Amino acid sequence: MPEIIVQADPFDMGAMLNRFAARQDNAGAVVSFSGIVRDVATGDLAAMEIEHYPSMTEKALAEIADQAMDRWQLADAFILHRHGRMGQGDTIMMVATAARHRADAFAAAEFLMDYLKSRAPFWKKEITAGGAAWVAARDEDEDALSRWQQQGS
Amino acid sequence: MIELRYFAWLRERVGTGHETVETKAATVGDLIEELKARDEGYAFAFSDLKAIRAAVDQDLVDLDAPIVGAKEVAFFPPMTGG
Repeated sequence: MPEIIVQADPFDMGAMLNRFAARQDNAGAVVSFSGIVRDVATGDLAAMEIEHYPSMTEKALAEIADQAMDRWQLADAFILHRHGRMGQGDTIMMVATAARHRADAFAAAEFLMDYLKSRAPFWKKEITAGGAAWVAARDEDEDALSRWQQQGS
Repeated sequence: MIELRYFAWLRERVGTGHETVETKAATVGDLIEELKARDEGYAFAFSDLKAIRAAVDQDLVDLDAPIVGAKEVAFFPPMTGG
């Protein structure tokens, strides 16, 4: 049963990964990915604000995790995503997957990332000295989904 | 009566995050047309349909999806999680 956490508070990615790994009995592979606030556009990023759709967020993430569980030989999956205000260098989110073999764990982690980037109801806003601007969705993020669809889901 | 939710820049352009409306619209797209006809703010918010995503009762749907019997319809720009 995949675990989904949506929270405003900061988290310790190492502690979350250890907790996830410790509850697996027969997984030879654990893969994780973490997303960090970075200053891409302006060079003067003061903060990042993430809005979400509370009654939909956990449901959307659980559906994405369930799809990954169906599609690969996974023992377990974990998604944690923050909302609210965070600063440069803060960890925004993480995913982890556990499987007998690493190929499934890697592929499923990438699938989780590709799907949650453009199918989970989060919206990033960058706050700089000059004001605030919503981060635009990138075409590449949408394109990243098509490779999973072409492989037949 | 149906609950409407707006997020991100769509919320800012519409001027509210939440409202309850009476509608005869059969689909998400019909509802958008009704909202656009209200005033310039809504017309501007919904002017580029390619930049609008919708959820009916917390499930992501296409704009031609039916809304008959739905409790909540949400509108928002393309998502930027991760």
